[in-house]
Amino acid sequence: MNHDSYPDDYIRAILNSVKTIAMVGASPQNVRPSYFAFKYLAERGYDMIPVNPGQLGKALLGKQFVASLAEIGRPIDMVDIFRSSEHVMPLVEQALAVVPLPKVIWMQLGARNDEAAARAEAVGVKVVMNRCPKIEYGRLSSEISWMGVNSRTISSKRGPVPTQGMRLSLNRASVAGGDTLASDRAAKTRNETG
Amino acid sequence: MTERTPGFATLAVHAGAQPDPTTGARVTPIYQTTSFVFNDADHAASLFGLQAFGNIYTRITNPTTAVLEERVAALEGGTAALATASGHAAQLVLFQQLLKPGDEFIAARKLYGGSINQFKHAFQSFGWNVVWADPDDVASFKAAVTPKTKAIFIESIANPSGSVTDIEAIAEVARDAGVPLIVDNTLATPYLIRPIDHGADIVVHSLTKFLGGHGNSLGGIIVDAGTFDWSKDGKYPMLSEPRPEYHGIKIQETFGNFAFAIACRVLGLRDLGPALSPFNAFMILTGIETLPLRMQKHCENAKAIAEFLATHPAVEEVNYAGLPASPYNKFARKYAPKGAGAVFTFSLKGGYQAGVDLVSNLKLFSHLANVGDTRSLVIHPASTTHSQLDDAQKTSAGAAPNVVRLSIGIEDKEDLIADLEQALGG
Ligand SMILES: Cc1ncc(COP(=O)(O)O)c(C=O)c1O
Repeated sequence: MNHDSYPDDYIRAILNSVKTIAMVGASPQNVRPSYFAFKYLAERGYDMIPVNPGQLGKALLGKQFVASLAEIGRPIDMVDIFRSSEHVMPLVEQALAVVPLPKVIWMQLGARNDEAAARAEAVGVKVVMNRCPKIEYGRLSSEISWMGVNSRTISSKRGPVPTQGMRLSLNRASVAGGDTLASDRAAKTRNETG
Repeated sequence: MTERTPGFATLAVHAGAQPDPTTGARVTPIYQTTSFVFNDADHAASLFGLQAFGNIYTRITNPTTAVLEERVAALEGGTAALATASGHAAQLVLFQQLLKPGDEFIAARKLYGGSINQFKHAFQSFGWNVVWADPDDVASFKAAVTPKTKAIFIESIANPSGSVTDIEAIAEVARDAGVPLIVDNTLATPYLIRPIDHGADIVVHSLTKFLGGHGNSLGGIIVDAGTFDWSKDGKYPMLSEPRPEYHGIKIQETFGNFAFAIACRVLGLRDLGPALSPFNAFMILTGIETLPLRMQKHCENAKAIAEFLATHPAVEEVNYAGLPASPYNKFARKYAPKGAGAVFTFSLKGGYQAGVDLVSNLKLFSHLANVGDTRSLVIHPASTTHSQLDDAQKTSAGAAPNVVRLSIGIEDKEDLIADLEQALGG
């Protein structure tokens, strides 16, 4: 996979197929991006599991925190890593030790580790790096267009009525290219320069 | 099915718009409403806390305006955009995200006269200090960089002189200085020049001009290229630091490559207030659908008229970058191969009075202070838009006393040439 730019079809297929998502680094603090994404994805019907050893005994939107991926005890489709690049490798190693293997490892905006990605892909796990699933879901459903964001999709069909937030729609035509190359350049430079 | 990139004209018609979910209306409706109902208390709290995408109040977002924002972002190749009540409001909102009192920004000396006033007077009163540089001398930008510099501002095609700026060279100065390059792309429109492709980090427009295109609505817009890392050295606290007005959210961390557009919306537009009216957004959107066709005709007419004036005995000089003799022709060919725009100046051998006389003799050209209309327009900058500048500033801004500015419309070019011919006493 070229991790500088993802085709929309790749992202769309992931968001359409996964059901259970373990979010590593989920925060109970309601101003953290991980909280926003957790809540948004839970409202869109994903089975969300918050993973954070520092929050054991607490719950996030009614879901009990677990200490690590190994302790979830049921199959997970996707691991969403809400940690910075330097913490990624051990978390990917833990994810690849889970049985059955997760189908997708997703790293948040700003997080990228190409070596970890290559290891996951070598065993057939799909990888997304330096993206936010909330933003991608909002973009591919066009809900994010309400904020003046370029969804990079167009459609001549009547849109779904957005009552409880938009649902991912399969029939919007994608404009080629997953994300701007430039945005990755910025994140990559930052990682390289520490 | 493989993904394909729609062409510019397709995006000009479709980007951002979709048939209305409830009524099926094909054209984007005018959502002429101040506010939007919440689903429940939790939904309201999520929207106010920036946790959910959605509409609260038209000062912050509006569904008609959002279509305009996405469309211009798509045409410019940006990640997101924010529309405002005017081009000037866009400049105010964007600089508020970048500057604190005592900070500096470097601006090209050749700018729209109103922007020179805004930077020199209004911004100065906020403690935002403009440092001028010469767009024809890239080294002057480099020399103006200090530790207080937070941004560089240029026009792609300058108003009124019509000169084309070497965007890539100035983008390099900005990159080396670690500051964003802001390009006012009003006179070029993304049809002629896409500054992001040449290294711009932020593009700003007066939508009032060619984008709206019909002289009927004011508007402005800020486009975020998604290229700048606002958090790398703490120079841009509005984007990198926890925001007290949103309980400690960090804007770039939360919104990634469209963080600048979000900051302009939730910190700038929300608190300063210059929102675009949904009706104006509708008018401008309708204008943008024909942008490619109009720009082709504007440029074709402008070139013909520039060529006519260049041979006229009453004319001293024509400053149109589309003419081979122009010193800006090499930049026009590089940055704007489809045409050098439709706003340019020419000087008259008869001096200041000849400029005043020409304007009053014209019958088809309208004498007014605007550009980028379907109608052809004329103004004598020295006695109007640039009258508050002293003679040296007038000249350096491309508005010397004997200079007349034209904005060429989409009428028949033969009629425009005939009008100029009779007015010049030819
Ligand atoms: C190049 C340029 N930038 C900005 C502006 C300001 O835009 P507005 O009049 O919409 O505030 C103008 C207006 O003439 C302009 O020509």
